[in-house]
Amino acid sequence: MTRTDPLDVPRPHAQLHFGVFFQGVNHWTIWSAPESGSQIDPASFRKVAQTAERGLFDAFFLGEGLRLREVDGKIHDLDVAGRPDALTQLAALAAVTRRIGLVSTSNSTFNEPADLARRLSGLDLLSEGRAGWNVVTTDNAWTGANFRRGGYLDHADRYRRAEEFLTVARALWDGWADGAVAGAQTASAWAAPGAVRQVRHRGPQFDVDLAPTLPRSAQGHPVIFQAGDSGEGRDFAARNADVIFSAHGNDFDDALAFADDIRTRLRAVGRPDDDLRILPGTEIIIGATEEEAREKKRWIRLQQVTPATALGIATLLWGIDLSDRDADGPLPAEDPVVAENDGSFGARRVADPRAVVAEWRAKAEAHGWSLRETVIALGPQRGHVGTPAGLADKFAHFVRHGALDGFNVTPYLIPDGLDDIVDLLVPELQERGVYRTEYTGTTLRDHLGLREPLTHRSAAERRQAG
Amino acid sequence: MSRPALHLAVELDGDGAHPAAWRRAAHAPDQLLTPRRVAQVAAVAENAGFTLITLDDGVLPPGTAPNPVGRMGAVERAAFVAASTSSIGVAPVVPLTYAEPFHVSSQLASLDHVSAGRAGWVVSEEEQPEAARAWGRPLVDGADARARESRDGLEVARALWDSWEDDAVIRSVATSRYLDRERLHYIDFTGETYAVKGPAIVPRPPQGQVVVLGRPDRVPAAQLDVGLVGGPDLTSVTAAAAAAGTARVFAEVEVALDTPDATAAARVADLERHAPWPDRGRLRHIGSAGQLVALLGELSRHVDGVRLHPLVLDEDLAVLSRLVLPALSERRLVARPLPGTSLRTTLGLARPANRFAAVSLPEDAR
Repeated sequence: MTRTDPLDVPRPHAQLHFGVFFQGVNHWTIWSAPESGSQIDPASFRKVAQTAERGLFDAFFLGEGLRLREVDGKIHDLDVAGRPDALTQLAALAAVTRRIGLVSTSNSTFNEPADLARRLSGLDLLSEGRAGWNVVTTDNAWTGANFRRGGYLDHADRYRRAEEFLTVARALWDGWADGAVAGAQTASAWAAPGAVRQVRHRGPQFDVDLAPTLPRSAQGHPVIFQAGDSGEGRDFAARNADVIFSAHGNDFDDALAFADDIRTRLRAVGRPDDDLRILPGTEIIIGATEEEAREKKRWIRLQQVTPATALGIATLLWGIDLSDRDADGPLPAEDPVVAENDGSFGARRVADPRAVVAEWRAKAEAHGWSLRETVIALGPQRGHVGTPAGLADKFAHFVRHGALDGFNVTPYLIPDGLDDIVDLLVPELQERGVYRTEYTGTTLRDHLGLREPLTHRSAAERRQAG
Repeated sequence: MSRPALHLAVELDGDGAHPAAWRRAAHAPDQLLTPRRVAQVAAVAENAGFTLITLDDGVLPPGTAPNPVGRMGAVERAAFVAASTSSIGVAPVVPLTYAEPFHVSSQLASLDHVSAGRAGWVVSEEEQPEAARAWGRPLVDGADARARESRDGLEVARALWDSWEDDAVIRSVATSRYLDRERLHYIDFTGETYAVKGPAIVPRPPQGQVVVLGRPDRVPAAQLDVGLVGGPDLTSVTAAAAAAGTARVFAEVEVALDTPDATAAARVADLERHAPWPDRGRLRHIGSAGQLVALLGELSRHVDGVRLHPLVLDEDLAVLSRLVLPALSERRLVARPLPGTSLRTTLGLARPANRFAAVSLPEDAR
């Protein structure tokens, strides 16, 4: 890659933002290596969060799962599984970190606004303005089997509910006038009379009537994250989110196309097109030389995709039990069975298994790959591999050309998987001027360079228009 | 029979038990909802040698509309407190009247993980009809229906805590299996108003089961580790304790103590000018530290512990810390919890066996 004059690019002063994703259920976190630590011990979460903070990351991010994954009616036993409730874990981390944002994935289908909005407010106050909410939705009865209301939601309603949920949550977050709480014990009341608004909302999804319990935090509202890649999900993000987690961070052209699409959608809903931060999820593998980095990647992939995991993935794709095959041998000769419902839940389903298998066969034959090598080579290609300097050049190019705003990094090792990013890559990025050298603000909204919460702005606009 | 020790719990919500406690607090009202305040009060309680902190909660704000007092979620506060303390137990109040038992179970199991086994849970109820409108749920109408929700929700939470056996994470490199699925269990709970499948998403709490506190007249005693009993006088408290049927019994005691600046009676009278101190049918001590030590000494013959509800935290905690706990400690009536010890161990409660775990047969029977 040729070095570009930093002033001769679309965003010469753009800086990269890093989040870290402590993964939940997955086979990407290496648990079999001797240096891999506990997935549930609070020390693991503290170590990752504090390392990220040392590396001046914007946010620490926790995922959510509301039911353990199953394949053919049996709990999937090859993946890392078992994790804490996100908001509870983050509230604990608020006590042992000072600056880093704390982002919780929480489901809008299986929560209620009064409860969740208040929990998020609590985290926001305990962290003095560092909370974020990654809004996710679910419509399946399988997850619903763990909840009072069961799987009652139509697919089409899940984003409608999410949006209405956000409307109610924002009303609750805006319910206290600024300065509502008395500044002295001699005041006439703890909260100034009339300073707390009752929230009455009656809609298709929610019928609630309550007084919000908490004032706004230092950042106004928790920062809203969204992760859906469908058109529906992108539109939802354009209307509501501050940050979008994309899956488009590997290839520059793909990332730029996604970013342009988001900018178009933002303009369409009347928001400035730099109003949303785009943070693709990624894995970063660092070596002292390109060769060393490639070797490391190969080792990591073999740890992630064990023979049993390769056979498990093939079983899901083929729709027949392949667990007794040789993962280091050729691809199964059978055609995939396209079942109406294969009994697998929580696992990614393949839209057209026959086409995928045909592609796998062609590639495997051309390269002489085993089944496991094929799974590795053709699985999700998430991630960047290289030397600290090479990666820093590449990332500077991405961000200065507006293809993304940073990355949500998934470490492949807990709890030390961020160490080389923080110790080796961050200094290279800082040298290029594309990464902060200190936190300049105290809130997550500050770190991300975001404007005021959307409801505050629309109020200001309404005043201007009036 | 004399008991070896009295466990002291302290309720730390807001500025104290009196609705107007904020007027005598050592800080301005707008400093209540800050991490500094939450951590500082917990540190005082831990340093004083209390066994347990409880944190009150509910969906409706404390105080009366239109002038509510702010309150952060108790689970979040408890997790924050757990991470900033090292030996004291931490028990949020969580009502089950409208909450999702699956979430509540996950939250409390997580609290036990973040505190390395110091989590408790005070089961309570949302009694006011306004709580249903806040949640946007049909009204759970009447005392019986609320008791049913507590009973079922607690049963679900306890079953979910057992749904992972202690050794479910096997990390078997040879077979590539992270989990042993034979050690994970569906709970298949079906109650009157809902069903829950399981298993949990959080591995079994370090204590096996989080320590559950509640009123034995509202929750089946078999589901409680610690019964919280009240009564306006010593006789009624003693009778309630004898009838509790729980492994441990704590008496509820509201306290207002003489301070160097004012007598307890004068402090209460000062606050009563603004609002009445609601009568919750609990024993109430208004007086000197010495008299409280005597009362606790008397109570120690009938109960395993006392949950104190101080009138004003900033005033009464200091007296408890300087005079009451040291005096009890001198008489070997209380012992401070040790770092690295679970709440269950501190309370002398056994770590429960897992209901789902296969019973291992003795060698000669195999």
